[in-house]
Amino acid sequence: MSLLDRRLLFVTGKGGVGKTSIAAGLALLASSHGRRTLLCDVDARGAVAAAFETGPLGFAAEELAPRLHAMAMSTEESLKEYLRLNLRLPLVTRLGPIARSFDFVAAAAPGVREILVVGKLAYEVRENHYDLVVVDAPATGHVVGQLASPSAIHDLVHVGLVRDQTQWIVDLLRDPAATGTVIVAVPEEMPVTETIELTQRLEAETDVDLAAVVVNRVLPELFGTREEEVFRELLKDGPTKKLRDAVGGPVRHVLAGADLAVRLRRSRTSHIARLRQELPPRTPMMYVPEMFSRAQGIRATRMIADAIGDEL
Amino acid sequence: MSETGIDQLLAAKEVIVVCGPGGVGKTTMAAAAGIVAAVHVGGRVLVLTVDPARRLATALGLEALGNTEVRIPAEALAGGRYEPRGELWVAQLDTKQSWDELIRQHAPDAATRDAILGNSLYENVTAKFVQSHDYIAMERLYEIHASGRYDLIIVDTPPSRSAVDFLDAPEKMAEFFGSRLLRWLTVPYRSKLFASASRPFYHVADRILGQEFLRDIADFFLLFQTMYPGFVARAQEVQRTLRERRTSFVVVSTLDATSMSECDFFIDALAERRLSLGAVVLNRVLPSYFTERAAASAARKLGRRAPKLTSTLKLGEDPALVEGVLREISESFLSYGVTAARQQELRHEMRHAPPIVATVPFLAADIVSVEGLADIADRLRA
Repeated sequence: MSLLDRRLLFVTGKGGVGKTSIAAGLALLASSHGRRTLLCDVDARGAVAAAFETGPLGFAAEELAPRLHAMAMSTEESLKEYLRLNLRLPLVTRLGPIARSFDFVAAAAPGVREILVVGKLAYEVRENHYDLVVVDAPATGHVVGQLASPSAIHDLVHVGLVRDQTQWIVDLLRDPAATGTVIVAVPEEMPVTETIELTQRLEAETDVDLAAVVVNRVLPELFGTREEEVFRELLKDGPTKKLRDAVGGPVRHVLAGADLAVRLRRSRTSHIARLRQELPPRTPMMYVPEMFSRAQGIRATRMIADAIGDEL
Repeated sequence: MSETGIDQLLAAKEVIVVCGPGGVGKTTMAAAAGIVAAVHVGGRVLVLTVDPARRLATALGLEALGNTEVRIPAEALAGGRYEPRGELWVAQLDTKQSWDELIRQHAPDAATRDAILGNSLYENVTAKFVQSHDYIAMERLYEIHASGRYDLIIVDTPPSRSAVDFLDAPEKMAEFFGSRLLRWLTVPYRSKLFASASRPFYHVADRILGQEFLRDIADFFLLFQTMYPGFVARAQEVQRTLRERRTSFVVVSTLDATSMSECDFFIDALAERRLSLGAVVLNRVLPSYFTERAAASAARKLGRRAPKLTSTLKLGEDPALVEGVLREISESFLSYGVTAARQQELRHEMRHAPPIVATVPFLAADIVSVEGLADIADRLRA
């Protein structure tokens, strides 16, 4: 089953691995394949807006491109919407201070803030407002709590509206045809270690299916074995001098640059190998190359979308 | 050594807080700065790290040691190149253990202490509430600093949602304990006389969460509130330590757009709070030759003239192979050149560069030994 056929994808990863770029690329790809897509920035720090070169996003989704909608999460707004939909409170204006204090409790009480986030996203799926909801989820440390929150609340709260309404969220998250996580890593020690640990925690503490692991910023392979031998020859004094005489410039630096590229690629390959070895068997993996480009914003997002498209 | 280098900064300060966006090598830089201080400045130096990469932790002898401080042997410190003038100690921050210690210290009596430590919500709350990781790191820093056991403490900050969270953590903690909300939350269980203000809140909260869950939370905070005076006084002390003249911040970043915008944001945040920015360390900087015009031109020629150069070189039996290698070298150099140029631009675009900007090159190998760190230490001083 293709990644884009699911309904709800949580994209996560260690800080600095390009989680937002991948989430934005996935959403753009899905929308260009005709899927009505919602991209949600959970941390709401403006990274998604930057990926599409648009102004600050709000809780109400806006259409950034055909079929591509984006929003920024706000637990306070989510609570207000929830109360409006479920309690039919007459004095909506008086909700403000209550919602604010509630947000404060939510910061302290386990799972309450998380479920306001997950609940809103699940609601968008259930109501069929979109074919696919892509979540630029919190970094690895926080995402497990978020995904586990519906079950946790379900277990903790014995009566009340929340109790009644967590069951369908739990069911949606548990359905692998609908919901999955996408973990983004880069081929370096810490991100690989965190990715492996995260898959174990997701497996142990949540019912959410691992949809894919995306290895971002994969460096190109320069040489095969025979080419590598030729390259080693070129690094010797004689051939280097011949090349310098022929092109009349600092060939030494050009060769040093290639040597650095070879060594960087090699050290990263070992991390990819470890990742593959330690992930659960048959985990779908996708590789997104390092973009040697000056592109920023929407152009960079489009390049990522194309790269993911090539892998699907 | 220049007059305003890293050495001087480390010599003048008692606390260095290393911060910056995720994935830029903060822990490595904190440890390398520790080596610089212990080898070249002297005194007793402690590097307090939060979440080191496993192989780095192993190299530092930090395995499953909890909050224990370990000394790095003098002979390992400088790879035999220098005679260390001081001692380097390292410790890992164990969040859970640190919280437990804090509760033990501030609980008014043994019964309250046991009730909190045994409360089912305790673990959940310490793991999640009001940036507890950030707070506990600053709290540990304060405690060790106040003990006077070290001349310099370098602390590596935890990965936060936002790099500035930990700056505000002590204040938020004090605010939280002093908040009206916490009082509201616990009022019905302290008194039969409901404060009228909390009624609508309870009305809504009851309908959503159910009374039982709400009471569980209230019970917990009621216990927690007994520690209010101690906690608030402590949080203020922690805050004061961060503001002291002998405390400085070092921001680590890599030269990519996302990290640099966070770095700028962070530098502004320090300025707003009147905290002192000591240095910026730019990590994973590509060699400057990638942006030299002459080198780029040589690279282009290698590609364009590959067939002719191959016949000049007379290497091996397969000219097509050699040609391919030359083209690959050329293309790779020009690709990295694009990234290197971008790095250079980002460096010039830095809004408020501090007096000290150190750069550390893009290294092919991971840092897995004290010797590797000593190399980085040398680059920091360059």
